Amino acid sequence: MDNRSAASPWSGDADEFVRIEDIVKIYGDTVAVQSVSLSVRRHEIFALLGSSGCGKSTLLRMLAGFEEATSGRIYLDNEDITSLPPYRRPVNMMFQSYALFPHMTVEANVAFGLRQEGVPRNEIHERVFEALDLVQMAGYARRKPHQLSGGQQQRVALARSLVKRPKLLLLDEPMSALDKQIRQRTQIELVKILEQVGVTCIMVTHDQEEAMTMADRLAVMTEGQIIQCGTPQEVYTFPNSRFVAGFIGSTNLFTGTIVVDEADHVLIESADLTRPLYVNHGISEPLGMEVHVSVRPEHIRVLREQPESESNWGHGMVSHVAWMGSYARYQVRLDAGMVVEAAVPGQVLAQAEAPGLDDEVYVAWSSDSATVLPS
Amino acid sequence: MKKISWHDLPLRRWLTLAPPFAWLALFLLLPFLLVLKISFADLKFGVPPYTPLAELKDEMLTLTLSLRGYALLFSDSLYISTYLSSVKMAAVTTLCCALIGYPMAYYIARSSPSVRNLLLLGVILPFWTSLLLRVYAWVGILRNDGLLNNFLMWLGVIDAPLEIYRTDLAVYIGLIYAYLPFFILPLYANLVKLDVRLLEAAYDLGARPWKAFLTITLPLSMPGVIAGAMLVFIPSVGEYVIPEMLGGADTLMMGRVMWTEFFNNADWPMAAAVTCVMVLLLLVPLVVFQYNQVKQLEVQKRRRNG
Repeated sequence: MDNRSAASPWSGDADEFVRIEDIVKIYGDTVAVQSVSLSVRRHEIFALLGSSGCGKSTLLRMLAGFEEATSGRIYLDNEDITSLPPYRRPVNMMFQSYALFPHMTVEANVAFGLRQEGVPRNEIHERVFEALDLVQMAGYARRKPHQLSGGQQQRVALARSLVKRPKLLLLDEPMSALDKQIRQRTQIELVKILEQVGVTCIMVTHDQEEAMTMADRLAVMTEGQIIQCGTPQEVYTFPNSRFVAGFIGSTNLFTGTIVVDEADHVLIESADLTRPLYVNHGISEPLGMEVHVSVRPEHIRVLREQPESESNWGHGMVSHVAWMGSYARYQVRLDAGMVVEAAVPGQVLAQAEAPGLDDEVYVAWSSDSATVLPS
Repeated sequence: MKKISWHDLPLRRWLTLAPPFAWLALFLLLPFLLVLKISFADLKFGVPPYTPLAELKDEMLTLTLSLRGYALLFSDSLYISTYLSSVKMAAVTTLCCALIGYPMAYYIARSSPSVRNLLLLGVILPFWTSLLLRVYAWVGILRNDGLLNNFLMWLGVIDAPLEIYRTDLAVYIGLIYAYLPFFILPLYANLVKLDVRLLEAAYDLGARPWKAFLTITLPLSMPGVIAGAMLVFIPSVGEYVIPEMLGGADTLMMGRVMWTEFFNNADWPMAAAVTCVMVLLLLVPLVVFQYNQVKQLEVQKRRRNG
C-alpha cells in the first residue's frame, strides 16, 4: 500500500512542524505502536493520552530517539530525524522521574546540554541563569537535586530541557511525580512557560484532566493506535467511540437500536429506558443497527416531576449522592437496573428542594446533549 | 543538628547493635590486642616464646615493655623496603583489577537478567575451589615447561621459555587473578542499580555514549570502585600464599616476612611488631577515607536542613 498518498492530508498544513508517518514499533511478537500517523503544528502543545501500555510512551521514546522505529518516518521541521541518534536530534525531553544527575548541582545539570555543544563558558553561564530565571530557580543553582522538593526538581528538569532551545520539547507524564494539590497550579504555570518560550511540545499523559488543561490538541491512544485526535473540546463533545467517551471525562452509555432515521434526527429504543432516545443529529448507521448513546453527567437533570416530553427521560431511584462542593454527583438506578450518573450544579440544588437518597426521581436530558457512538 | 550520643540509644537499638559489636570485639579486637601485647614483649626460649609484659614478683607489679621489635623494624632497611614493595604490589594489583574489572562489571550489569546470573556465576565459580589449588594451577601454567610456554613455543612465537614463574610478574598475575572477583562484585552491585534514564537524559542533552559514560556512569559508580579497591588492596598487602608460591626469592612482601619471623626464626615479638605496623599502615588510609565520607554526609545534611 502506498502510504505517501494516505499521509497527504497533513502535508497541506502550512503550520505543520512534526510529521509522524505510519510509525510502527514491534518488540518481539508484541506490537507496541501500530501504524500511527500524526501531525503537530508549530508552537502547539500536543498531548498523547492513553492508559498505561497503550503505546504513547513508546511513541514518545521514538521521537526522542531512544527507540528505533520498526517502520515509518518522523519529520521535524521538514528534516527526517527517524534514524538520528538521540544526541543529534534537536529534541529535548523532560523525564517522568526528571532524571536529574544526582552528583551535579542544579547549575551543572542545566549546563550539561550546553557543555556537550561546546558553547563558550560565559555564554553557558548566561543561558543557564536565563533558563533558571524562567522557572524561578536561580536561587537554587548551587543545590544538589536531592536537596529540592518534587516541584523544584520538576522546574530544574524543565529548565534543563529548555536551555538548549530545542525545536521540539517532549514531556513524559510531567505531573505524575507531584502531589495532587499542586498539580493543577503547576499545569497552568508550565503552559505559561511553554507559551512564553514558544516551543513546540508533545506530552504524554494518562490523566485526561491534565491533557485537557494543558494541550491545544490531543490524541487518544489505545492498543498502539490513535483513535481520535482533536482539540480537547472537540474530543469531549464529539467522542467517536465508546472508548473515547469513557476515557475523556465520565459518561452514561445507553445501548439501543435505531428505529427512526431521519436527516435531522434519529430515534433509538433502548432496553435501559422506557422512553426512546431522541438525538437531533443524523447518523450514517442503518436502521435496526445496535448503537450506543452517550450523555454526559452534567447534561442530565434530576427531577421530581415527570417530564412532559415523549423522549429522553427515565424513571428511577436515587441510589447515591456525593456532595462535591460546587456540584453534587447523583447516581440514579433506573427501573431497568441501569445506573445513571448526573452532576447537578450547586445553585440548582439550592433553588429546589433537592432530591435525597432513595427518593423517586426522573432523569432527563435535551436532545442536543446526546451523542450516538457507532462503536 | 542534634548529635547522636550513645546515651540516646534506646535499649532495643542496643540489642540489635550488640551482636556485631560483640563479634568484632571477640574476633578482631581481642586477637589484635594479643598480637599488640606480644609485639612489646622480648624474645625468650620456651613456651610461649616471649616474655610476659606484666609480672607479679614479691608483691611488686613490674611492667616490662620491650621495643626491640619496633627498633629492629625501623633500623633494618629490609623491613621498610618490604613495606614499600608490598604497598606497591598491592597498588598495581588494585589498578589492574580496576582496569580489567570495570569493563567486566559494566558488561555484566548491562546484560539481560538471565545472562547476568550466568556471568555472575562465572565470577563466583573459582571460589568453589581452594585458593591453594588455583595458585598451584598457575604454577603449572607459568612454569618454564608449563602450559603457557609450551603453547607459545608450539606457536613459534618464542624460541626459549619465558621466565615468568618465580618472578614479580607471576605474583602480579596470581594476585590479579585471585582478587579480581572482589573488585567486580561490589562494582557490579553499584552499576546494576544505576538508573538508565540518567544515561538517556545525557544522550538526550547531546552527550555521545563515551561522554555520557565519563560524566555520568563513572562518577556515580565511584563508591563501587572504592569499595572494590579496598577489598583488593587491603588483603593484597598482607598476602602470603601467592608470593610464596609464585614469587622469586627476591619478591618482598609482608606476608612472607611475617611467616619467616613466626615459623622460621620463632621470633614472635618481631613478627607481631611487623603485623602491628602493617595494620597501622592499612588503618590510616581507611580512617581518613571514612572520616571524609562522614564529613561529606554531614555537609550535605546541614545544607539540606539549612
